[in-house]
Amino acid sequence: MVDTVEEASPEPASAPHKTWGDWVRFALRGIGQVLITAGVVVLLFVVYEVYVTNYFAHAAQSKVKHELLKEFVERKDPLRGTGDGKLTLPGSKTPTVPEGTGIAFLYIPRLGQDYAWAIVQGTDDADLEKGPGHYIGSALPGQVGNFAVAGHRVGKGEPFLNLDHLQAGDAVIVQTESKWFVYRVLGDDGNIDAPDPAVQNIPGREIVSPADGTVLYPVPDHSPALTPTERLMTMTTCHPKFTASHRMVLHAVLAKTYPASGVTMPAPVKNLYSSQES
Amino acid sequence: MYVWIWRHLPGNVAVRMVEILILLLAVVALLFFVIFPWIEPHLPISQVTVPEHK
Repeated sequence: MVDTVEEASPEPASAPHKTWGDWVRFALRGIGQVLITAGVVVLLFVVYEVYVTNYFAHAAQSKVKHELLKEFVERKDPLRGTGDGKLTLPGSKTPTVPEGTGIAFLYIPRLGQDYAWAIVQGTDDADLEKGPGHYIGSALPGQVGNFAVAGHRVGKGEPFLNLDHLQAGDAVIVQTESKWFVYRVLGDDGNIDAPDPAVQNIPGREIVSPADGTVLYPVPDHSPALTPTERLMTMTTCHPKFTASHRMVLHAVLAKTYPASGVTMPAPVKNLYSSQES
Repeated sequence: MYVWIWRHLPGNVAVRMVEILILLLAVVALLFFVIFPWIEPHLPISQVTVPEHK
C-alpha cells in the first residue's frame, strides 16, 4: 500500500515530516532491494557461465575446426616440424605450434555421433576457451609417452562435461593429418577406477588434487624419470562440476592406429560407433 | 532505489516502461560483456588443468 501511494504522487518529497517509522521503512526497503538485486546478479552470472561463455566458445571452436580441417584437406600437418618436414620424434623438443591453433580432432563414441572437437595447442585460459587444449610439454598424439589434454567441464563450450560417462574400454579417437589413433580407457575388469594390471597399474579414472601434476608424467602416477614404453593419453577437467576443488583425470592407452586417407573416418573407426552407442 | 529511478524517468507510463526495458538490457549487457568476463578469471570455478612438470 505504501508503495502505490508513493508511486502515484510524482511531486518529489513534498512530504511534510518524515516519521521514525518512515525512515525504518525506507531503510528496510533499500536493504531489500539491494539483496534482491544482488540475487538477480548472481543468477545472471550463472546464466553467463553456463550459456553465454558457451556461445563464445562454440564460435571460437568452429573457427579452429574449420581452419584445421582446411589444413588436413591441404595435407598440411600442424604437428609437422617446420625444419625437417618430419613429425617431431618422441622425447625431442616441443613442436613449434602456435598456441591456440588446432592440432588434432577428438571423437568419443560414448558421448555421441556428433561429439567432435578440435584440440588446440596450449592450456592457458585463452587456449581452453577455444576447445580442449594439449599440454605443451606432453607427448603428441600416438607417441610413446603421455598425450595430455585439458578441457572445460561447465561453460566455455564444456567439451568434457560428460567425461564421467566414460567406461573402462571405451574408445577415444584422435585424428591427426596422417593417422587415426584409437585409445582405450584403462581399468580392470570393466571397473574404470581400478588400476589396469596390463598398463603399469594406471587406473582409467582418478580424482586428484588440483596440484597433482603426476598424472601428466610420461608414465602417469610413477616416477617422472621412468622411461615410458606405452602410448598413453590423459584427459583432465574439473571435479565436481561447477567447482575447482579437484580434478577428474582419465587415462587411456593406444589400441589401434589407422592411416588417414583424406579426412574421412576409416571404416573400422566408424564401426566403433555402432558397437559402443547404446 | 527503483522507485527513485521510476520517478525520474521522463514521459508517460508506456514510455517509462520502454525506458526501463532499455536500462535493464544495458545493465545486463554491461554485466555479460564487461563485468563478468573481467571477474571470472579471478574466481576458482573454471580451472581444469594440473601443473605440468617441466
